[in-house]
Amino acid sequence: MLDYRIYEHPIIDFKRGRLIKFTYNGNIIEAYEGESILASLYALGYRVFSRSPDGSRPRGAFCMIGKCSSCLSYVNSVPNTRICIEPVRDGINVVSGDGIPEPPANISSASVRKEIVDTDVLVIGAGPAGLQAALKLGEKGVDVVLVTDHFRLGGQLVKQTHKFFGDTRYYGGVRGFKIAEKLVNELKKYSTIKTYTRAFAYGFFGEGYMGIAVQGEEPVNLLVKPRYTIIATGATERMILFENNDLPGVMGAGGAQTLMNEYGVRPGENALVVGSGNVGLIVAYQLLQAGVRVHGIIEIMREIGGWIVHAAKVRRYGVPILTGHTITRVEGAEKVEKAIVAAVDDKLNPIQGSEKEYSVDLVLLAVGLQPNYALLSQMGATMKYIPEAGGLVPVRTKYMETSIPGVFVAGDLTGIEEATTAFIEGEIAAYTILERMGFTDVITERDRLVDFLWNEYRMSPVISRARQGKLKATVTEEEMEKLRKGIDI
Amino acid sequence: MSSKRTGIITKEELVEKKLLPSMERLSNGPIAILECPEEIPCNICVSACPFNAISKSRIYEVPRLNPDKCIGCGVCVGKCPGLAIFVVDLSKPGKAYVTLPYEMLPSPSKGARVELLDREGRVIGEGTVVKAWVYEKTWVVTVEVPGDLWFDVRAVRIVR
Repeated sequence: MLDYRIYEHPIIDFKRGRLIKFTYNGNIIEAYEGESILASLYALGYRVFSRSPDGSRPRGAFCMIGKCSSCLSYVNSVPNTRICIEPVRDGINVVSGDGIPEPPANISSASVRKEIVDTDVLVIGAGPAGLQAALKLGEKGVDVVLVTDHFRLGGQLVKQTHKFFGDTRYYGGVRGFKIAEKLVNELKKYSTIKTYTRAFAYGFFGEGYMGIAVQGEEPVNLLVKPRYTIIATGATERMILFENNDLPGVMGAGGAQTLMNEYGVRPGENALVVGSGNVGLIVAYQLLQAGVRVHGIIEIMREIGGWIVHAAKVRRYGVPILTGHTITRVEGAEKVEKAIVAAVDDKLNPIQGSEKEYSVDLVLLAVGLQPNYALLSQMGATMKYIPEAGGLVPVRTKYMETSIPGVFVAGDLTGIEEATTAFIEGEIAAYTILERMGFTDVITERDRLVDFLWNEYRMSPVISRARQGKLKATVTEEEMEKLRKGIDI
Repeated sequence: MSSKRTGIITKEELVEKKLLPSMERLSNGPIAILECPEEIPCNICVSACPFNAISKSRIYEVPRLNPDKCIGCGVCVGKCPGLAIFVVDLSKPGKAYVTLPYEMLPSPSKGARVELLDREGRVIGEGTVVKAWVYEKTWVVTVEVPGDLWFDVRAVRIVR
């Protein structure tokens, strides 16, 4: 029997839950509690999880965090279920998606219980920014509702196996997944923090209600009415254009990290990484640790995008980095078997005749991230398109308040950066809310953090682009007041 | 060519950034080489050093090593998140001891035979592990290598 699970790893001890069984397209699947449906299937060699609307093109795992549509399947007859963030359970019946499904026939929505919750602060997103914010609010005994669409807390921290850079005060030197463990354990100390997993914030309604669909044995339509809101919904991986880019085996770099670092499932045997930013360099190193052969890292620009220390790590193990190259095509029947790479000219166009072929089953895209702005945009917050920030981001003050009074933001949603600044932004937002609630003792620390963030941390030349992006999105209190009145600034 | 194009740091770059200890100091006994040429906002090495030999006046400066305070203990090797710190000892004639971070399988042990890899992953010789200890899953491995390879050996592959 094929088994792609990793049993020996230099960094992670995978603790698997009890063995459970479910059916997939009529076959009995053995899985471990704590796995996602997709991870369990991937471990057994399944690579195609759905098909394109006309049924002709296979689709595989791509984002693995519930943001793309490649794994939409039926779970107990419910169509369009994202099996990458759906936990395995005993006896469920899973059927792969095949084009656009019929509406579900036998499911009654009348049984969904409605619950109305009044709270001081609603925090949406349980990654570094959301967790840190919730903890700082919890420390002061404030009522917090913390929601995440995953069945596990921690956001993308759970798959970060490298030790974090930065400052020891913000978990520098600690591996990402260890930070997640620590923060999640700390949450338990505060009885005023109510946490909901598998909880999808689907929209903002009149009279200040946020609608949250909580999945599970007993689904709940949670209507939360908070005094303050912190939105920390993170970011999603970008796609780039090349022939057959929807073929299973073309995967986001973070998708591969989810498989190998969160679930202990090897994403492939032979990989090619596209993009030499820190994400691409780090994922290449982690692939080596998981026993995957990395044939190279492809970079369209003339220089490596990420830090030299990360590049040096993979070069030492013989992974070539091809700058001035791009991927033009992948080939394969139902999954990637080959990738074609070409050198590019000064206008970044592929040079005819320079093509190289790689026999790989995995092409990982590490070509940038895009903030998850949809919810905030739906709420009516003023947004701005800022290329250096990764796309459309909320305009906010240095205290992280948006154009909607009382609605704050933190982390990658505010512009792509990294975890240290997400922790700090989460704290700044939480402290500002605490100040409004009368906890004036936090002001000094909040202002110290704002100063550290802007006048020290972000002054580093290696993150100047991210700083530029954040700078362009940040306005003064006076400018924000004008925006709120509809006056252009 | 610049390391920004190749991912391979050169001796010239380390000298230019004042990150390479003098040959005199290297021959006096073990000392850390901080192969961290960019202004990364990180100060883990500063707080890691038990002898206060590493300093930064701002969090994003390139780290500075005081060669008189550093005893080459290797604590920073296991703590640097960039796996960018090595210890080199040239005090024994004809031999060099290189201490490097290692996060692959199999786990190292004293006496293990290793292939010596350079900054491009090329096998440039064989060596023996003389010391290995682990900090939070990062192994700090000291290998004995031919004296003239002290600058080139920057990774090992353990021969199973």
